[in-house]
Amino acid sequence: MNNLALLLLLPVFGALLLAFVKKSGTAKSIALIFSVLTLALTVPFLVAFIPDASKQFEQNIPWIPSLGIHFHIGLDGISLPLVILTNGLVPLIILSTFGQQQKGGFYALMLFMQTGLLLVFTALDAFLFYVGWEIALIPIYFICGLWGGVNRIRVTLKFFIYTFSGSLLMLIAIIYLYTQVPTANYELTSFYELDLDEKTQRYIFWAFFVAFAIKMPLFPFHTWQPDTYVEAPMAGTMLLSGIMLKMGVYGLIRWLIPIAPLGVSQYGHLAMILAIIGIVYASIIAFQQQDLKRLIAYSSIAHVGLIAAGVFVWNVQGLQGAMIQMVNHGISVIGLFFVVEIVSRQFGSREMQHMGGIAKVAPRLAIVFLIIILGAIGLPLTNGFIGEFLLLMGVYQAGIWTAIFAGLTIILGAVYMLRMYQGVMLGDTNQKAGIFRDIAGSELLVFAILVALIVGIGVYPKPLLHLSEAAVSNLVEQVKIGY
Amino acid sequence: MSAIITLSLLAILVLYLGIFKLRNALLSVSLIGLMAALVFELRLWNEEAEPIFNGMVLFDKFSLAFSILIIFITGLILLLSKGYFDKISANIAEYYALIIFSLTGALLVVSFHNLSMLFIGIEIMSVALYILAGIRKKDLASNEASLKYFLMGAFSTGFLLFGIALLYGASASFDLTEIKNYVTTNSGQLPAMFYAGILFLIVGLAFKVGAAPFHFWTPDVYDGSPILVTTFMSTVVKTAAFAGFLRLFITCFDQLQSFWVPILLVMIIITLFIGNISALVQLSFKRMLAYSSISHAGYMLFAILNMGVQASGAMLVYAAAYSVASVLAFAVLIVVKRNRGSEHFEAFNGLGKSNPLMALVLTLSMLSLAGIPLTAGFIGKFMMFSEALSNLHIALVVLAAINAAIGIFYYFHVIINMYFREAEINDQISIDMNYKTVLFIAAALTLILGIYPDFLTHLI
Repeated sequence: MNNLALLLLLPVFGALLLAFVKKSGTAKSIALIFSVLTLALTVPFLVAFIPDASKQFEQNIPWIPSLGIHFHIGLDGISLPLVILTNGLVPLIILSTFGQQQKGGFYALMLFMQTGLLLVFTALDAFLFYVGWEIALIPIYFICGLWGGVNRIRVTLKFFIYTFSGSLLMLIAIIYLYTQVPTANYELTSFYELDLDEKTQRYIFWAFFVAFAIKMPLFPFHTWQPDTYVEAPMAGTMLLSGIMLKMGVYGLIRWLIPIAPLGVSQYGHLAMILAIIGIVYASIIAFQQQDLKRLIAYSSIAHVGLIAAGVFVWNVQGLQGAMIQMVNHGISVIGLFFVVEIVSRQFGSREMQHMGGIAKVAPRLAIVFLIIILGAIGLPLTNGFIGEFLLLMGVYQAGIWTAIFAGLTIILGAVYMLRMYQGVMLGDTNQKAGIFRDIAGSELLVFAILVALIVGIGVYPKPLLHLSEAAVSNLVEQVKIGY
Repeated sequence: MSAIITLSLLAILVLYLGIFKLRNALLSVSLIGLMAALVFELRLWNEEAEPIFNGMVLFDKFSLAFSILIIFITGLILLLSKGYFDKISANIAEYYALIIFSLTGALLVVSFHNLSMLFIGIEIMSVALYILAGIRKKDLASNEASLKYFLMGAFSTGFLLFGIALLYGASASFDLTEIKNYVTTNSGQLPAMFYAGILFLIVGLAFKVGAAPFHFWTPDVYDGSPILVTTFMSTVVKTAAFAGFLRLFITCFDQLQSFWVPILLVMIIITLFIGNISALVQLSFKRMLAYSSISHAGYMLFAILNMGVQASGAMLVYAAAYSVASVLAFAVLIVVKRNRGSEHFEAFNGLGKSNPLMALVLTLSMLSLAGIPLTAGFIGKFMMFSEALSNLHIALVVLAAINAAIGIFYYFHVIINMYFREAEINDQISIDMNYKTVLFIAAALTLILGIYPDFLTHLI
């Protein structure tokens, strides 16, 4: 049952089937069935997973032997939470589109992208990692371009070229590393064993770092992100922010830092400073936004900045915080965007000034929105708390000032999130809010699941932390960064 | 050898069919002939290769692989010709004959073992093309293309011939093995004449493959010629010229890398940037493809630069990927132009809605040309980059990567038009069976090569 390749292929089959479905209703149910099936097939992996530092469920098939390329996939404590996140969020995202009329092609692209993402998170061969990295990009480009807003053409092309340029740099680094491997392969372990001099590692660091920093995005590589999030259709935004940006963080942990530790000790501080600048900068901008989608886009930059800072301090607390916060951020951001979708569809606008007073007419939405926001700002007993706590504890070891600035994300986050809540939900009920329809049906189902996860992880995060604990502490022991 | 003889006879036969007005038999006879040639090439595959005809030609794996590739691509192009040439002129036999003659020349270029054979091959290949480029007698652009191609081609042939003569003057032989021996025995004390000969050869061959700074004829000739002739020029002829280029340099000038590698490096960088930046500002899809073919010439020169064990394999994969994707793109262009009367990017508007499958295969072709994973073009680029990096040309690869990113702009232009923009008249375009076959074969090959290229990567 535990065939990882099958898990990866299942969404592709779904996508191929969906490509021929014209009717919206059928397409939705097929997409949902396939995504739930994929999620169900993930459960046996979770059950059989032994939470130690080893790679499990490995499959290694020669793919292009003449070039030393293997189809080598496997799971460990670092990749499993992200695989669960991917397979768990995709059904929710599909469910969140049930209020719209979408053809099969839309869902086909989504499922195709899911395979790309899973490939990124499970690949133990650098070539395979690159392939997954790129094939996750093509579907999201089309999703944004076909179903996006007015400026979609310019914005999505910018997004594509930005990320593609970054990944080309990474490709050069990967091929260069390959030429250094005596046994001529792209295996992750071979890359780990390389004994590169400091100068080379510096170049390798930058090539990988730029690719990952664009994807996350870190300041100052973030300029594509707010525009793309705003122009993309809501499901596309959810995929981008909920799952895709974790590709960058995962890349840092799995590829960049273990391969080029000397490069990191040289430039890790700089990366951390960039992350912290990003936190403060994005929070300030988020505070001034009227457009809800743009506000959440900037809040996402701030949150991912904290995660990146936690990764670069390279200690167990910071990394564990990053691992759990990646999952949390995925859950929260999808909830936030879904609320924005529901509200802005009924108001015909995303501007905060046009809204207000929804809480009176839509009490259910008001409650779930509040819980999601509390989760996003990290109130105790919600999911965000444990993640941010661990991250700050990790960052604190790098210095008190870094921790203070990084800690601003929580304070500023609370400010702009609560301001958003106030603007949308509270205040006077205007004409449009008077006829506001409360959430029901599939919307309620999505929110119920999200709220359950937010509270569940908030109250008892141990199982999730336990998954990655051994792998993370092993990694920190193996790879020493001399700051 | 039988393949070359078959093709020569086939071309003459096709001319006779024209005289007897058997127009309907032209395509099938040509295709059967090509098939026969293909079979002859395949039968030689496992045999021990020796230079034959006094060392004139050598059918080793290198030459056979490239021969098979170009015969196959010619077959695809001929399939597209049904209904295409009829619209241009009443005497269509000569088109088929000329294309087959040109292919015969191309086969000589990929299997030469003697510099005189290289020259003769290039001439046979080119002379037929001079006529083909100008075959639309009443069309000014076509006339201009033909004249330009002829003048530039004659000029470059002059360089080539002069280079060969200088090499002969130094080494007293046209034979590749003897020249190689001459280089080995006299290494370090080669006369200036010999170096001048190499230089002239580089100039002449760079003309033929359309590498900068000798590329000025390419856009006008590609743009002015009938689309199908452009397809032939940018795939078969280009592949053959590159194979000849690589064969010559791998066999003879391997030890003189310190002399010509810097020259080639500069040429590659100029070619990449000129091709890509000019392609950016084009309004016509056809002209964009012409400039993109210049930039692809830059990537293909990587193989000559590196000459590692895998260079020939990388060249083969790249040439196959590029040719297949180009045939795909040009085939769709022919259909679109026939129905919407324009070669501009706007003509493709709304194709994603009216002809989803055609739009899909064109997208595949563009992704392949842009080098996105799971398409053939990515494997080609990947192998070229690997070759260059294993020889530590890191700066060159970084520049090439910048160019690959620039390439996205113009390759995605047509994708954007097809899917994201609406057409004024959005009627469905009907395509006939032959086109469907070619589109299907080319799209399937692009994917197969992209997903499982192993059978091709170590063929040579």
